[in-house]
Amino acid sequence: MDLHRGANPPTLIGHMSSSSLPKRPPSLREQDTRIALLLLAPSLIVILGVTLWPILSTFVLSFLDAPTGINQTRTFVGLANYITMLKDQTFWETIGRTFYFTIVSVSLELILGMAIAQLIHSHPPGWKFLRFSLIIPWAVPTIVNGAMWRWIYSADFGALNGLLMQLGLIKHYVAWLSKPEYAMNLVILADLWHTVPFVALILQSALATLPEELNEAAMIDGANAFQRFFYVRLPLLRPAILVSLIIRTVEAFRVFDIVYIITFGGPAFKTITISYLTYLNSFSYNKQGIGAALSFLISFFTLAMAFIYIRILYRSEEN
Amino acid sequence: MGHRKFSTKLLLFLLTIPVLLFIFLPLLWLFSASLSTQVELFTVPPHWIPQHPSLQNYLDIFFPSEAASSVPRTFGVALLNSIKIASSVTVISLAIGSFAAYVLVRIPFKLNRTIQLGILATRMIPEVSLVIPLFIIASRLQLINKPIVLIITYMSFALPFAIWLMAAFFQSVPIELEDAARIDGCSRLGILFRVVLPISGPGLVSTAMFVFLLAWDEFFYALIFTSTLAAKTVPVAIAEFVGRYVVNITGMMAGGILAAIPPVLLALIFQRYIVGGLTAGAVKG
Repeated sequence: MDLHRGANPPTLIGHMSSSSLPKRPPSLREQDTRIALLLLAPSLIVILGVTLWPILSTFVLSFLDAPTGINQTRTFVGLANYITMLKDQTFWETIGRTFYFTIVSVSLELILGMAIAQLIHSHPPGWKFLRFSLIIPWAVPTIVNGAMWRWIYSADFGALNGLLMQLGLIKHYVAWLSKPEYAMNLVILADLWHTVPFVALILQSALATLPEELNEAAMIDGANAFQRFFYVRLPLLRPAILVSLIIRTVEAFRVFDIVYIITFGGPAFKTITISYLTYLNSFSYNKQGIGAALSFLISFFTLAMAFIYIRILYRSEEN
Repeated sequence: MGHRKFSTKLLLFLLTIPVLLFIFLPLLWLFSASLSTQVELFTVPPHWIPQHPSLQNYLDIFFPSEAASSVPRTFGVALLNSIKIASSVTVISLAIGSFAAYVLVRIPFKLNRTIQLGILATRMIPEVSLVIPLFIIASRLQLINKPIVLIITYMSFALPFAIWLMAAFFQSVPIELEDAARIDGCSRLGILFRVVLPISGPGLVSTAMFVFLLAWDEFFYALIFTSTLAAKTVPVAIAEFVGRYVVNITGMMAGGILAAIPPVLLALIFQRYIVGGLTAGAVKG
């Protein structure tokens, strides 16, 4: 799989097995170890301070009754935060909504991303311009993207209302974001603008590395375009698809920015996701213990996905 | 056959049009709004192309006058903060991250593999799981609302990312070059500084681009740690203005366009590095 060439995580991990530094005098080795530690030290200290210590600290906090504020007293409450969290109906609604967001947006991203990748791959006139254009929405900052769509959806002067009205599809301007049945889906649409290009770029580069002979051989054997896609190209794209699937699932599950900017969690908390609930508990509801328990749950899900990710990369490395 | 080929090409070409419209229409609408006056923006049905376009909204950001509202003035300062913070994060994470990356790829020692896996794991930890302890300690040290707090906390995603990407680039440096330098009597540090780093220019550049984009885009830490103009970044400024109808919306649109220009330009200039980096790093989704 040429997709990962030049920037391949598993090669980094697998490097030691094929170490190109064979027999060397032990003194040099010792010297090497000392230099290694010297060069690693700044990074390790920083990572220890801004990642390792905070995550452990969050874990501890999730067993404490911890009101927000720096001079508050904290008491050990065991699993109480987790129990409160699991008993809360809002939590389960939020989990359901987060899964809805994740499943809908990720499957649409993969389908549309694959369609666009395939479209570029068949080289229609202007395909280079199309590939170039995909980079723009990917690079636009999330908050700018969100603010832009919020304004498009605006109830009073938005482009969506203006367009639908001029096309005669609606009679009155609609307050899209005030309607729970639309709000989440409109957030997903805005997110797709930013993420479909990402998936399309990855899949398109994977398609470009497939040997053309396979396609020709299948054509000679009488396979039609549909069969060539589903039986020849799609199986070969499996690693690239899985990588984008996992990366996007992890990110969709922890979505915060785009929800915050478009709906502020509204209407009536109907677009609150799990990260948003964590944010509210920690910084608005004065319950850092609960916030810590929630955030630990997000980490747990993320690390489980990361584990699968690493396994898949290893396997594609072995092939 | 020739005819059929033409009609297929035409069909494929027609399919690219909705994709291009989906990409560009929202941006054009944003751009059009940034050239409008407040009065013209508040019309029903909307004026798709402003009848009296002006660059006033942009001029207000770059040259804030006494008459300008607080929106352009805030954007001016926030853009500078964003540039300052994103550049510092890029320089620091590249400097210390490339040393670490080199060690992990080229120097075998006991804990090497453990550290590699550790760094991969830290890259996956979401910001929301780190923010509470970081907030508590930042409050104690009175770092809230200072740019330094963002520079430090952004390391939590920038540094593992930089290490990972640089490691992939160092991997592609031919080991023979290093062996030759070693035989010529070059020390480890000599090899790193005189051989490996100088030929890893493209790697350093594309890693720098990715880290800068990540830092520029970051919102969550900036929202938690900054609320005054002293350290507020562009995303926070936009988030504050959004939803307030009284404020100068056209000014905000101009601010949004300006905030999008640096990352879009960088990405277009370095587009050939993007896909490799996306698959290796893929933090910015």
